Amino acid sequence: MDYIRDFFINFAHSWTTWISGGLPGWAVTVVNFLLGGLILVMMPVIATLALTWMERKVIGRIQNRLGPNRVGPWGIFQAIADAVKMLIKEDIIPDRADRPVFNLAPILIFVGAAMLWAVIPFGRRMIGQDLNIGALYVVAIGSITTVAVLMAGWASNNKFALIGAFRVVAQLLSYEIPMVLSIGVVVLVVGSMRMGTIVESQWVPFCLVLPVAFITYVLAAIAETGRAPFDLLEADSEIVAGYFVEYSGLKFGWFYIAEYGNLMAVSAITTTLFLGGWRGPFAGAAPVLGPLYFIIKTVLVIFVLMWIRGTLPRFRIDQMLAFAWKVLVPAALVNLLWVAAALKLPVPQAVQYAVMLVGNLAILGVTLTLLGQSAKQHAKRHGLAGA
Amino acid sequence: MQHVMFFLFAIITLGAAIMVVTTRNLLRSALWLILVFFGIAGIFVLLNAEFLAVVQILVYVGAIATLIIFAVMLTRQVMDPKQPRFNDQARVVAGFATLLFVVLAVIVTRVAWPVAIGAAPVDAIQQLGMDFVGPYAVPFEVASVLLVVAMIGAIIIAREHE
Amino acid sequence: MLSQYAFIGVFAIVAFALPIIGLLMAWLLRPKKPNPAKNSTYECGVETIGDTWVQFKAQYYLYALIFVVFDVEAAFVFPWAVAYNKLGVYALVEMVLFVAILLGGLLYAWRKQALDWH
Repeated sequence: MDYIRDFFINFAHSWTTWISGGLPGWAVTVVNFLLGGLILVMMPVIATLALTWMERKVIGRIQNRLGPNRVGPWGIFQAIADAVKMLIKEDIIPDRADRPVFNLAPILIFVGAAMLWAVIPFGRRMIGQDLNIGALYVVAIGSITTVAVLMAGWASNNKFALIGAFRVVAQLLSYEIPMVLSIGVVVLVVGSMRMGTIVESQWVPFCLVLPVAFITYVLAAIAETGRAPFDLLEADSEIVAGYFVEYSGLKFGWFYIAEYGNLMAVSAITTTLFLGGWRGPFAGAAPVLGPLYFIIKTVLVIFVLMWIRGTLPRFRIDQMLAFAWKVLVPAALVNLLWVAAALKLPVPQAVQYAVMLVGNLAILGVTLTLLGQSAKQHAKRHGLAGA
Repeated sequence: MQHVMFFLFAIITLGAAIMVVTTRNLLRSALWLILVFFGIAGIFVLLNAEFLAVVQILVYVGAIATLIIFAVMLTRQVMDPKQPRFNDQARVVAGFATLLFVVLAVIVTRVAWPVAIGAAPVDAIQQLGMDFVGPYAVPFEVASVLLVVAMIGAIIIAREHE
Repeated sequence: MLSQYAFIGVFAIVAFALPIIGLLMAWLLRPKKPNPAKNSTYECGVETIGDTWVQFKAQYYLYALIFVVFDVEAAFVFPWAVAYNKLGVYALVEMVLFVAILLGGLLYAWRKQALDWH
């Protein structure tokens, strides 16, 4: 029973003990590192197989359709059929492309999507490595994606691809600031950048204490993954598919996998930072429940992101940039200072959290009021309905 | 093992740096520069300076390199590999670059740098944060002013061209 | 601590290996029948005109510059946030000053319409 209670950790210990019997110490480390790396590196692939099916079903239902329903029961093998198609499809490299850079971009974008999983805690002590700088590592790895996108857009030698790459980079850069600042607020409250510690110290999920940081992070995360309503970087009707328009076969496949891997990763990070990660009823007594709670919360976040995608129309580029710099960045900065001030109040932690919540709600109210006013003014100026 | 890793990172950094200078295609040399930044981040990790490593990637790869690539893409003619490699200022620039190299080399080799013996502190990041607001409070605030000045300058230059 | 980064290094190698192995597999399996029309630049069926690498809007560059400033600022915020519990009220005052100066810069950019898309 005790073995089951913390099954994953105990199983890992048994495994290590078992291979230690036949191997020297350094080889055990190497084998475990390779094995851990292999499991984590598969996460984006698993995410793609599961989420493409889920997304088609969810969006299908939102649009009053059935979604995939031919390949296997409820169409669950659709993703596998797609994977096979990607693998055996002809690879086309345009004549005028910069070949080495063109071929490197899909590999690099996958590396960026996979490396994120190294610091995500699936359960107590179930984390690739609990780095001291975990929260900042997540943001830093994101810059690999920026580089890969620029490489893909430039090397294709295609105008759609280049315009797409410029839009992506402008968007990634603009939304990275509110994202970093909202992560900074969490780090400020916890006093550590370790992802494990951030989960441990959430006796109340931070989304209930820091709603502004939570909403800012989710919006920035949608923008960073380039999903609707922030999907102007691949806007089919304007620039066809954006930076990966010239890619086909498995090279396109890696972009696709990176996209869904990133979707799952940002949802997992949202869960870790704001929804209490693997914490839940009885997770303290039976840590084996932790990964279950973690997956349920992550899927819930993914569902909300899909819901948003199915509901909202696309932003224009000027609206997208203005929203980041004129709404999210000031709100996030003010929030940071407010939380810092609340932490210095000489009262118990629960009261500090209450003060933070009040301030957050006030910031949210002011922001929404200002947004509503400027929308009304805009409507009046252009003689639109709703003025 | 650490020495092997150091030499590996050093070779990556220096090799990529040579490629930056010798590649004819400007965008590719910007990409080689990114590899240089990663090599330096690796060396920071070997020095137990994980925060500097992550900031190196965050700021240099994420921001500075992107800025350089944007700048390359915004300038039309330099992109053409058929343009001549040197212009008439090449010799003057070479002279000053050599001078700068000599000065830096003298500083690096002649100054007795303070070296701490023993393991790096466990809570190095916390120590860094304390130093920011403690002994280095003035540079910390000046950094903020410097950043804003840089931003204002950039805006003024960009506005002028329109 | 270094062993943690050894894992990150091994992980990076595995992360590079997987897509490369995948692409090699696809290389073995896929057909290869190139022709000039297939390999031409895709522009919805229209022949491409002129060079792709034309000059772009300088506006993008301005955003990137403002981004650099705020990215560096964020790098300063994190150690301060980690150490904050150990520090007195002066830490708050200094950060308020730091952020206020930057907010001033943001306001300037806003007023000069550097944040607007033209």
